[in-house]
Amino acid sequence: MLVLNEDQVMLKDAAAGFLAGRATVSHLRKLRDSNDETGFDPAVWREMADMGWAGIAIAEAYGGLGYGYIGLGLVLEQAGRNLSASPLESSVLVAATALAELGTEAQKECWLPAIASGDKILTLALQENPHHAPLRTALRATRDGDHFILEGSKCLVTDAHVADVFIVIARSEGRPGAEHGLSAFLVEAGAPGVQVERRHLVDSRNVGVLTLHDVHVGSENVIGEIGAAWPGLSRTLDIASIGLSAALLGIATETFERTVAYLGERKQFGRVIGSFQGLQHRAAHLFAELELARSIVLQALQAIDAEDPGLPLLASAAKAKLCEVATLSTNEGIQMHGGIGMTDEHEIGFFIKRARVLQHQFGDYHYHLDRFARLSGF
Amino acid sequence: MTDLTQFRAEAREWLEHNCPPTMREPVRSFEDYYMGGRNPEVGHPDQQLWCERMAQRGWTVPHWPREYGGGGLNAEEQRVLREEMARIGARRPLDSFGISMLGPALLKFGNEEQKQEHLPPICRGEIRWCQGYSEPNAGSDLASLQTRAEDQGDHYIINGQKVWTSYADKADWIFCLVRTDNSGSKHEGISFVLFDMASPGVTTRPIRLISGSSPFCETFFDNVRAEKKNRIGEEGKGWAIAKYLLTHEREMISGFGASSGPSLGKKALETVGTDADGRLDNSALRHSIAQYQLDARCFAATMARVGDEVKAGQGLGAASSIFKYYGTELNKRRNELNLAVAGESALGWEGQVYCDGEMARSWLRSKGNSIEGGTSEVQLNIVAKRVLGLPDA
Repeated sequence: MLVLNEDQVMLKDAAAGFLAGRATVSHLRKLRDSNDETGFDPAVWREMADMGWAGIAIAEAYGGLGYGYIGLGLVLEQAGRNLSASPLESSVLVAATALAELGTEAQKECWLPAIASGDKILTLALQENPHHAPLRTALRATRDGDHFILEGSKCLVTDAHVADVFIVIARSEGRPGAEHGLSAFLVEAGAPGVQVERRHLVDSRNVGVLTLHDVHVGSENVIGEIGAAWPGLSRTLDIASIGLSAALLGIATETFERTVAYLGERKQFGRVIGSFQGLQHRAAHLFAELELARSIVLQALQAIDAEDPGLPLLASAAKAKLCEVATLSTNEGIQMHGGIGMTDEHEIGFFIKRARVLQHQFGDYHYHLDRFARLSGF
Repeated sequence: MTDLTQFRAEAREWLEHNCPPTMREPVRSFEDYYMGGRNPEVGHPDQQLWCERMAQRGWTVPHWPREYGGGGLNAEEQRVLREEMARIGARRPLDSFGISMLGPALLKFGNEEQKQEHLPPICRGEIRWCQGYSEPNAGSDLASLQTRAEDQGDHYIINGQKVWTSYADKADWIFCLVRTDNSGSKHEGISFVLFDMASPGVTTRPIRLISGSSPFCETFFDNVRAEKKNRIGEEGKGWAIAKYLLTHEREMISGFGASSGPSLGKKALETVGTDADGRLDNSALRHSIAQYQLDARCFAATMARVGDEVKAGQGLGAASSIFKYYGTELNKRRNELNLAVAGESALGWEGQVYCDGEMARSWLRSKGNSIEGGTSEVQLNIVAKRVLGLPDA
């Protein structure tokens, strides 16, 4: 059934209520304008964690709520609507999933409860170039006795400067492009040779560059099996793409609703501009696209929890569609707001900026449409 | 054994014994759909036999009440019957506008006598219905229709012209919108009447389309008598019925968008070829097909989601408008891509080598999907006003 059950509706309403009060666009603006050191409000994050949201998709055995990814998707959608700044994406969606998919029992027992309680922030360090291309990972992991030496750098590491631990994807064997030889390592922030440089992207959220120079890690820091990270990483990236699609759904929907409200207020030529058919048809078309977007996100979220073998195709379908619809919604949002939409004072600009960063992460429209075609057999 | 398991077992056995082997072959062309009527078009004599047998069980229209000739099946039983029919590849025994359009309106708005008179012959496939809606000057602006019905006590005398009447030349009866009052606003004064197409004064003239086929007619009424007992609902209140029926029509037409068949992308691999990596050897075409298949997939998910929401008692109201809009635009895109993928062989008009122009004719016919049953532009108007709450100009 592609409908929410009662628990899910309650969770969605709770998330909507809390985030709309405590972690909104105006909170994000304050964080930006004050050059906030943390980049999100730790008190708000603490409350979110206390409500269980940091462990929403983590199994109960590891201190989570065991609500599955549909539950997390609902919270991410609301976070998208409000542009709520928190480690929900970095630590809860991506890092916890990577550990659950790749980690040994001991690693899961150690780190998943720490993420679920909100006590630790973990983040994935994957991307090395301007484009998402996981198989081209080149950061080197060289075996040295019972140690590994890591050498290289990563960009677009979410919440890098506040993370306690990095999940670093490295190449222990093979050439860039090969599936075999990819490995995942736990690297603690502050370890010798680990450098983090905070960067500022258009969305005013937390990212950084991670540089590893002669970093020694023990074999117990290898997540899962050495050289065999790809299957689990691939599934992690599918889940991450779907989670970000849920966040994009929130952004696209919120932008649309604000825009339609504006069309009903703004007067020109003696009447509200929403009475003009040229704008009405564009708004109605966007409404139809949003309905399609909502359906594919829900279907993809369900496929995660159901362990559907068609997940890769659904993940790329969802991310490609949401990239397309979020682009349309935010572009139309600015155009239909007219001049006021170009001002920093108005909030609509925050949505288009955040949307493009989320669209880029883990593969944009072109990456996923190409992958969708490939997985469809052409 | 639960009731449902027992129902399944009985249905399976009955279908096994009663569905003729010819009716288990896939539907290949339009002639394979059986529409019934006084002078039915019969592609194969088994079509009539299959329809009669199914009608005896009420299974030509399994979801209607038994007292009107339906099967009286609940939602679960309907699903089981569909599954059991699909299991042996059984064709639908009967397709008609009586089932898909008039029936739902009669069940909702008709009186007991009208239901008793008209529903059972629909279920038995005895009467084929057509829809008298559009007129030469009332297309998108349907409510401005001018076909007159004069009050003659127990009956009306009808004069005027309809157009785009689907299969009027083959239909036995018509459900028709007529103007019984000209004094109020255009939405008032419209009445919904039924009459026999064999009545004196009715003439039809098929319209030849760009696809070469003639599924629609011009229909002329010259002093045609229609009994008042065959007016559905109150006099002058027919617009509400017309609108209700249009939502059913939209759902039916939007179903075209979900049509599946082999993936366009895979077909293109054969006709266009592959590159060194096994990808379609034309990246521009590959992109267009991928975007189409992505949208088709999301559309199918939306149809499924709204279906589930309706079952869960939520419903979306004006959703049928976005389905109609999106589904028909998708179908047009699919047909355009068919041409791009098949190349020259899609442009043939006649001859066996071109399957008598099947692909070209389907492509041309699809252009009408976003016009009939309310144009795409009208659907967007409806969404803008009724769903988004934007004001009139």
